[in-house]
Amino acid sequence: MATWRLTTPLTEAEIRQLQAGDLVFLDGRVVGVRDANLIRIFDQGIEPPIDLSGAAVLHTAPNVRREGDRYVPLSVGTTTSARMDRFTWGLLERYGVRAIIGKGGLYLPESLQAFKQFGGCYLAIVGGAAAWQTLQTEAIEAVYWEDLMPEALWVFRVRDLGPLFVAIDSHGRSLYAEVGAEARRRLGQILGGG
Amino acid sequence: MIVVGPEFYEAVERVAAQAYVKALIDVPADVRGALEAARRRETHPIGSQVLELVALNIRTADEHQILVCQDTGTPVYWAFIGSGLAVDGARLEAAIRRGVEAATRDHSLRSSICHPITRQNPQTNTGYRVPVVHFEFAAGADYLDLVMLPKGSGSENQSFLKMLSPADGVAGIKRFILESVLEAGPKGCPPYIVGVGLGGSADLCMVLAKRALLRPIGSHNPDPAVAALEVELLEDVNRLGIGPQGLGGAVTALAVHVEHAYTHISQNPVAVNIQCWRGLRAAARVYPDGRTELLSQWQPGG
Repeated sequence: MATWRLTTPLTEAEIRQLQAGDLVFLDGRVVGVRDANLIRIFDQGIEPPIDLSGAAVLHTAPNVRREGDRYVPLSVGTTTSARMDRFTWGLLERYGVRAIIGKGGLYLPESLQAFKQFGGCYLAIVGGAAAWQTLQTEAIEAVYWEDLMPEALWVFRVRDLGPLFVAIDSHGRSLYAEVGAEARRRLGQILGGG
Repeated sequence: MIVVGPEFYEAVERVAAQAYVKALIDVPADVRGALEAARRRETHPIGSQVLELVALNIRTADEHQILVCQDTGTPVYWAFIGSGLAVDGARLEAAIRRGVEAATRDHSLRSSICHPITRQNPQTNTGYRVPVVHFEFAAGADYLDLVMLPKGSGSENQSFLKMLSPADGVAGIKRFILESVLEAGPKGCPPYIVGVGLGGSADLCMVLAKRALLRPIGSHNPDPAVAALEVELLEDVNRLGIGPQGLGGAVTALAVHVEHAYTHISQNPVAVNIQCWRGLRAAARVYPDGRTELLSQWQPGG
């Protein structure tokens, strides 16, 4: 179980060295995405106003306070990734995203295939631990599509963001699939045993 | 019977706001205790690290007085109206709504509420029929207890209802609850508090599953048969190995709370409403003269 310190933008070589179970701390920029802005990109066919190649995206919608022409982060946490599962392929294939930071995992076979094929990974943050995550968020550098508030496109500058667990790597391993399969086997035992 | 005046409704508005903010910042004492016990018990390498970070996050929220989690949730309130009070229910509900709006405005809370079709967000954390307010009645009490549950969506999306048959029995009930926890898996931020509703009608059963989340960890259903089921279910849930954040481990749930009602002879309803590890809730008491106190722990009938 190795610990890595990475800075965005991320390269394919950096992602390929990560193995499921490793730990990552991230510096640089993280782009906040979630339901409404991904629906706009993929279902309404509107191009995102930022370059996502090599990006780390975070499933989030933060609490912010407006001060003049900028936003101050009050609480930046992480939302459940499974709702955004079907956008994973497009984020990697079309836009070159390298890391998806989320909680609760991704499950579609094409999402796991995308990580393998294009060289991406899923980094699990501790869901609900937004207070800690907020301290690691230095600033909101930009925001696009404010009409979707709070589901705008957010660009956060982060320092030491983590610990992030490599939960799905680019070699086909998913900790969620492994833990889930074992839990299903144990459920069978519990129910079979009365 | 005390007819309450404007000072009462103003106090309700004030504590509705205070309880909302407190629930988002301050993890309840019983949940802290359960998380600490879980941290000592967990041996899985990732599960242990997750629970260490959970503890660090709670300390961070305390120290900086910031939200534990970014999800401001669906504002859900339970109003327990003492039988000694003559209360205008419509004014009470309006005061609670104003409290949610005030908390959202004054604390720059993210508005998490929108129209179900247009998805338009009024930026107030309120809307048609939201906040969700449940009313119950407390015999002999000359005060109002208000319990606030800002229900996070990660866990609320893990809600399940099944109208089983009487012939499915307790075995069917157990199977459905365990399958529901397995289906929730990592998605609702385990370790969970598993709220279960048993019996009633379909609507009541689901409400009971959420009502079960108001109870402090360590409490049990007063009916011994139901309490025994709570103990058995917690053991079985923790045998699944889903673990903290679903990355593996011994602690999948901190508690299983079951609330029950009598049901129809041809029904066997069971509902599951999952609560995430932060177990967030806050409670306050309002007296007819407008005095208020935040309660450190709300106990059923207490």
